[in-house]
Amino acid sequence: MDAVIGLIQAIPIDLLIIQTVNGIVTGMILALVASGLTLIFGIMDVVNFAHGELFMLGAYLGVIVVATTGNFWLGLIVSSVVVAVLGAALQVVTLRPLIGRDPLNTILVTFGISLILQNYALWQFGTVTRKITEPISSYFTLFYLQYPWYRIVVTVLSAVIIGGFWLFLKYGKFGVWIRATTQDRVMAQAMGIPVPWVFTGVFALGAAMAAASGVLFAPLGGVAPTMGLDWVLKAFIVVVVGGMGNLGGSILAAIFISLLEAYASIWVNPSQAVIVSFVVLILTLLFRPTGLFATPK
Amino acid sequence: MTRHNKIYWAGFAVVMAVLIIAPLVLPAFWGRFLTEVLIWGLLAMSSDLLIGYTGMVSFGHSAFFGLGMYGAAAALLLVSPPNLWLAIGFGLVGAAGAALFVAYFSTRLRDIYFAITTLIFSQIFYVIIFTWTAVTGGENGLIFTRPHFSIPLLYDARFTPTMMHWFVLAVVTASYLFLRRVTQSPFGMVLQSIRENEGRTRAIGYPVQRYKIVSVMLSGIFAGLAGVLYAIQNQFAAPDFVYFVTSGDTVIFNVLGGIGTLVGPIVGAGFFQLLRELMSRIFGDQFPYLIPVGFIFIAMIIFLPQGLLGFARRWLNK
Repeated sequence: MDAVIGLIQAIPIDLLIIQTVNGIVTGMILALVASGLTLIFGIMDVVNFAHGELFMLGAYLGVIVVATTGNFWLGLIVSSVVVAVLGAALQVVTLRPLIGRDPLNTILVTFGISLILQNYALWQFGTVTRKITEPISSYFTLFYLQYPWYRIVVTVLSAVIIGGFWLFLKYGKFGVWIRATTQDRVMAQAMGIPVPWVFTGVFALGAAMAAASGVLFAPLGGVAPTMGLDWVLKAFIVVVVGGMGNLGGSILAAIFISLLEAYASIWVNPSQAVIVSFVVLILTLLFRPTGLFATPK
Repeated sequence: MTRHNKIYWAGFAVVMAVLIIAPLVLPAFWGRFLTEVLIWGLLAMSSDLLIGYTGMVSFGHSAFFGLGMYGAAAALLLVSPPNLWLAIGFGLVGAAGAALFVAYFSTRLRDIYFAITTLIFSQIFYVIIFTWTAVTGGENGLIFTRPHFSIPLLYDARFTPTMMHWFVLAVVTASYLFLRRVTQSPFGMVLQSIRENEGRTRAIGYPVQRYKIVSVMLSGIFAGLAGVLYAIQNQFAAPDFVYFVTSGDTVIFNVLGGIGTLVGPIVGAGFFQLLRELMSRIFGDQFPYLIPVGFIFIAMIIFLPQGLLGFARRWLNK
């Protein structure tokens, strides 16, 4: 009995709660990244390897706009719009010629894009990590910590963007087109939906979501040219664990994985905590290859 | 001997002769450059067995390459005096272990899922090597001395750059001939039939997953061999080589040179390294040579998916 009480007392409750909040905050940002990725995959069968680089580029654009105008929210909007246009251009130039070819070609092409974008950022901005100051500087007290309100705002904002996106898919005209294209590409075309442009629009939308999450994340962790790979890997894991093309599953998986990593980093250093999400992926592949949160059909 | 065979082996002999004489004629820098191209070529060729013949794109070859490197490092640091053959043995065992682990899990998946899982597995090895400082030296890696070239009881000499080149050439050539034999064997035919139509291959009664596991392991072992050679050539093992960039380069070599040809990836590696060298000479060291390489890479996938040697693919595999 004493041993059990000792064990319970050994659990650092306050740390667990702090890490739960941290996990949900990063989980929502990750969910925003992953929903763009899963949208592009679900509709176009394209695994966008450059998604992390769009995230990174969005964050840098945010840094530039904030540095010149001082307005964070303007940075968020400008960065999303610019990256959306870039995404549309990339899709038209590189992915459109590949429609109808082996999907492996798309992963190779987007890998090429990520190579160019990453090295461009490295060349242009150098290896030094840039940071944006938090636009909301007030704090509230969480145990012994002064916890920034900004993190809570980010979480809510991510949820709002994802929610708005879901409403748009459900009720917007373009959203209906997107869902129709997902269900049956040929039939959608026959009904007069401009399928190639739906693809372009979807890619732009996914790119904008990546950029927005990049700007939102920038005040939390800083911006570096190589940050894309970490995020795209995590987003891949989320998308596989949540079930490819399943929006709700992705959000749950993003929070689940971020929570696990946050708890793990109580005991090991953060770069090792990443392994926890790798293990989740392996277990998912072994036991539920269609995704942990997939609804059985 | 058929006519095709005569031309093939004549061409083979000419290329071999050029590669044997090259280090005697070339300035030291370009001799070394050629040796490294051969090592990268071996890495790319190992990956071609998966990409070109089994139809699986691996984005995780850095793990096998890196384990080969660190395996060789372990043998060279732990055993004194350092022994070449022991280094190769350790490196191959390390790479084979990693390959078994990766193969067991990732071959359950196909296409892009396979590509993503191999990438994620290679990152696991990277994180372990990077953070386990006590054993692997962490970020700084390991430094060791080059072993002698020795044939037990018969011969023992210090490696000169020229001898190193010949040794690498011998290993790469033997690997090429072996892999070519594998791809032409009944086993290789099954791999190619998996590439063409996995479902039908399974329906005929071949245990597809077992074939895939062996294919990933073979590929991993040769990637590990490339890692061993690189470690011996440069006398260090560093976590950078376990990082994703190495895997990405391997895929680029394959696409540039031409998948499914075995020699194509070597040509691709040479082309890549040459571009890099030329650009850093013309525009300076800081020039981001990967940007133009990325453009060439994308253009090749869209317009020339067969790669530089794609036109000779059927002929080379005959």
